[in-house]
Amino acid sequence: MSFGDTQVLHDVSFKFERGKTNLVIGQSGSGKSVLTKCIIGLHAPENGQILYDGVDFSAMKKKEKKKIRTQIGMLFQAGALFDSLSVIENVIFPLKMFTKMSRKEMLDRANFCLERVDIINKNNLFPSEISGGMQKRVAIARAIVMKPKYLFCDEPNSGLDPLTAILIDNLIKELTEEYNMTTVVITHDMNSVLEIGENIMFIYNGNNHWVGDKDSIITTSNKEVNDFVYSSKFLKLFKEKMN
Amino acid sequence: MFTKPEKLSVYWTRLMEEMLQLGVKSLGIVILMSAFMGAVIVIQSATAIDAAWIPDYTVGFTAKQSIILEFSPTIMSLILAGKVGSNIASELGSMRVTEQIDALEIMGINTKAYLIRPKIIAAVLIFPVVIIFSMAFGFGGGWMAAFGTGLIPEEQYIVGIQSFYDDNLWMITYALIKTTVFAFIITSVSSYHGYYTSGGALEVGKSSTNAVVYSSVLILLANLLLTQLLLI
Repeated sequence: MSFGDTQVLHDVSFKFERGKTNLVIGQSGSGKSVLTKCIIGLHAPENGQILYDGVDFSAMKKKEKKKIRTQIGMLFQAGALFDSLSVIENVIFPLKMFTKMSRKEMLDRANFCLERVDIINKNNLFPSEISGGMQKRVAIARAIVMKPKYLFCDEPNSGLDPLTAILIDNLIKELTEEYNMTTVVITHDMNSVLEIGENIMFIYNGNNHWVGDKDSIITTSNKEVNDFVYSSKFLKLFKEKMN
Repeated sequence: MFTKPEKLSVYWTRLMEEMLQLGVKSLGIVILMSAFMGAVIVIQSATAIDAAWIPDYTVGFTAKQSIILEFSPTIMSLILAGKVGSNIASELGSMRVTEQIDALEIMGINTKAYLIRPKIIAAVLIFPVVIIFSMAFGFGGGWMAAFGTGLIPEEQYIVGIQSFYDDNLWMITYALIKTTVFAFIITSVSSYHGYYTSGGALEVGKSSTNAVVYSSVLILLANLLLTQLLLI
């Protein structure tokens, strides 16, 4: 995958597992977001295949792609809630577009999802009237309202305080198990990696450089992974104590 | 853009919302400007046409010609290009840079059809109505000026407005054809600039400015072309 003369992704091959939180990690500019956009079809890769349960997404017809997309939930970095819609209308939106549910059924489902992410009594507020953490949770509720098979999260805890960030991470992990989804989290936050990293792919210079989990990432001898993991003073101290 | 809507009822609601947003919410400024411009046209015409041998109703006739042929359809469309065009471009531009359009795309929604088509259809349907209001309030402003200043007798003004009755229908049709074309230009050009915004808040501002500039220039060109095609 390239933009002009710059090749962003070279050779990436990875299997995301169902019922697990799969993490794509790497430095800023390493190609994580481009990879996600390729997977969800916002960018068309120049070569290779993207398989959803064995079916090639890029070779699918428009109608089939549309069907797959209704099974995808996406949590964007800034939430990407619709400004002009209230909290409840944001969550109802996919149901309105793709189901034949009655208004009452839609409200019940949306309220259930909002309660699940701990958003209560905020239905009639607009996204600009709630905090960043709440916006993320509403976005998660919108992402799961259609009971998706695949959940993609682009830096879900960016801009959040450490406590809220961990709450969001754990919520994603719980929902992944609850709905048996294939969840892909794009992040460069080591707290997330250590908290929910069940299946981790480390991208370096557009290649998948290392694959492992939250336990193996702290013991690996791979230099680039080590540089990434132990870039903070806190983790460096932790490593020294471990040694 | 022209594909079958995912859900007709949702698109119908969107169309109604856009008609309210683009048309009904523009009525205030259109009425205000039209009334004042109608008054100014009458005062200027009355002071310019001062010869005793020119009948007073000429002022009303001049106001009618100016308002129907040019002021309401063209000048009002230029004003709407500023108000509605910048609104559309900044709305879509903000949606683009905050990834709201991507979110729709991932849900499997045809974003061009969902976001842009209702705007174009709504404007094409509602702008002619707005322009009819502009004409009515332009005449009203002219009447107020005639009545208030006493430059011409108000009955003479009304005679002027009603004169050459047979031509009036064609003049209004011509104005509405122009308005429909301008409505299409404003919404499509502004939507294009907004939808393809990339970057951040600065680029949203640029898109909004470009939308107004390009729409205005295209309106002026289309005005010349349509006038030649329809009136000559």
